[in-house]
Amino acid sequence: MDKLIRKWWWKILAVVLMLYVVCAGLLFDVPRLVILNETIRVLHFHVPMWFGMILLLLASVVYAIKNLSSPSPKNDIYSLEFANVGVAFGVMGIVTGMIWANFTWGEPWSNDPKQNASAIGILIYFAYFILRGSIEDENTKARISAVYNIFAFAILIPLLFILPRLTDSLHPGNGGNPGFNAYDLDSKLRKVFYTAVIGWSLIGFWIATIRIRMRLVQHVTEQ
Amino acid sequence: MWTEVKYLFLKEVTLEWRQKYAFNGLLLFTVSTIFIIYLSLRVKNQAGLPDHLWNALFWIIILFSAINAIAKSFLQESPGRQLYYYISVHPISLIMAKMVYNSLLMVVLAVIAVVVYGTVLGYPVINTLMFASVVALASIGISSVLTMMSAIASKAGNNTVLMAILSLPLLIPILLLSIKAVKNAIDDLTWPDTSDELITLAAVDCIGIALGYVLFPFLWKS
Repeated sequence: MDKLIRKWWWKILAVVLMLYVVCAGLLFDVPRLVILNETIRVLHFHVPMWFGMILLLLASVVYAIKNLSSPSPKNDIYSLEFANVGVAFGVMGIVTGMIWANFTWGEPWSNDPKQNASAIGILIYFAYFILRGSIEDENTKARISAVYNIFAFAILIPLLFILPRLTDSLHPGNGGNPGFNAYDLDSKLRKVFYTAVIGWSLIGFWIATIRIRMRLVQHVTEQ
Repeated sequence: MWTEVKYLFLKEVTLEWRQKYAFNGLLLFTVSTIFIIYLSLRVKNQAGLPDHLWNALFWIIILFSAINAIAKSFLQESPGRQLYYYISVHPISLIMAKMVYNSLLMVVLAVIAVVVYGTVLGYPVINTLMFASVVALASIGISSVLTMMSAIASKAGNNTVLMAILSLPLLIPILLLSIKAVKNAIDDLTWPDTSDELITLAAVDCIGIALGYVLFPFLWKS
């Protein structure tokens, strides 16, 4: 990861992919579907947020585990900043979802299990930041927040991936609704969608690495 | 290790028995909460309270009783005693003893809560065995998560508010599952209909206990 931060090829790749996603996502032909109509374009900007969030939070947990096995300020900074950007992605996912829901389900918040679960997930991570803020000593802060981070991620996974499947949901692929593949008859969307998932995830990691480098510099200057 | 767990567990029980005020305080808290609900809803007869409301209020009572009951498990240990534990016992025995004790405490509290709640606000549950197993599983899950959070909060400056902030969002999945499962018990659905919820609840319990087992030694190091 340390080496990858300084490499530039994946940042160029992110820019190219995102250019394609923005142009293709907004301009290409989309399947004409009842209710969804043109709003189906939000797919490229809503669903990749969740992929990005899960990947970033996973990276955060990996560094939390590293921090417990070999404590260092660097691991703590990595863990914190991945969580920060991951939560930002989660908030954007909720906002884009609410905009989409406003047009298709008729209201921004319709008590959908997936909406509720993601809101609870964001709350869990807000508690993580509050926990960090409440501890003064740097070493204790790093260790205890790493423990909570692992705990939070372990609860987040059943919350996001198991609980919504036990109830009826308005989201595609849940509670008897057909999955999204059923709507995407000619696989046109799929090309742009997969590109968007990779592109947004790379952008998320890019933002996180910039913040990590800032923190590392701050950490060095403070000493 | 198991003898350590046993002695620590017995120590908790003896301490609780010697200072009965703590347990009595909890009982008073639970009973007065139930009574406040009873008085503020002004339910005259047992048919007055809709089933879903009965269910939701029951779990809110359990949740707040649990936070009050388990917050003290680490927050009230004096620094001297913590140091003594640190020298004399393995951290895993300590967390296991606390989890077992807190689970037992939660089950006892839940049983008392059900009896009082059922007496004043009616008891709509038809499948009592299913209801009891949901309450037992949820008690174990809630107490294992809360024990860990109490340990974290005690390391972060003995802050009870912090404990509530940390644990409430983590407990929501357990509560959602329990509310769904108890709704099935009220509607007298068959066991296969509820098996999904029960299995998931048991899995979440296992996650909570396993995380305590793995992570507590790191927390205990300071």
